[in-house]
Amino acid sequence: MKVNIRYFASIREALDCGAETVDTSAVTLADLRDELTGRGGAYAESLARGRAVRLALNQVMADESAALTEGAEVGFFPPVTGG
Amino acid sequence: MDARVSIQTEDFDLSIELAALRRDDGRVGAVCSFVGTVRDRNDGQSVSTMELEHYPGMTERAIEAMIDEAHRRFDIVGARVIHRVGLLQPLDQIVLVAVSSAHRGESFQACEFLMDYLKIQAPFWKKEQTPQGARWVDARVSDDAAAAKWGLQASNA
Repeated sequence: MKVNIRYFASIREALDCGAETVDTSAVTLADLRDELTGRGGAYAESLARGRAVRLALNQVMADESAALTEGAEVGFFPPVTGG
Repeated sequence: MDARVSIQTEDFDLSIELAALRRDDGRVGAVCSFVGTVRDRNDGQSVSTMELEHYPGMTERAIEAMIDEAHRRFDIVGARVIHRVGLLQPLDQIVLVAVSSAHRGESFQACEFLMDYLKIQAPFWKKEQTPQGARWVDARVSDDAAAAKWGLQASNA
């Protein structure tokens, strides 16, 4: 299925990418993260386990166990620092 | 109904916002506001400019949900949140949270609640320019602690 991914802040800069659409067999957000780190390079580094990465599914904060659906929007970003 | 949430590059005027929030509403007996501003130092380094990035769409949605939660928890009349994005300078205003209620206690509490909630859940990121170069601001454990006192899941930092 196709999902739309958005990257923000330090992760967006490290990947030099703000958004992409990927065709994935991932079932959960955790699977998708693993798929992306499997690309190696900047993806492996900035999305690695142990790095502080927060996720959103369809613009709502989500756990990695959340299930993907066709056309979902997934956000990957560092801890938020507004206010 | 006036907008409750605005994400904008432009500055805001506190007195105009508070007047709009009160709207000649006779139920209102208290208005409490918080304004966050850009400091010229952070973590021991001077800051020349600050750039704020956000997640368009999610930001507005997240803050709207926070205001709904504030209405559930506190007996308030209205709330207004403005958060600036883009390039800011020291002394600039960054964020406004304003709340109206019949009595002061609810406004004070709801204002602090909204600000603490925003700090750990609204998708904004700050990047500072310092003499040593640009750096992304790290989330603070103290912000998680502030949110935890409201029973909010605090795991941002």
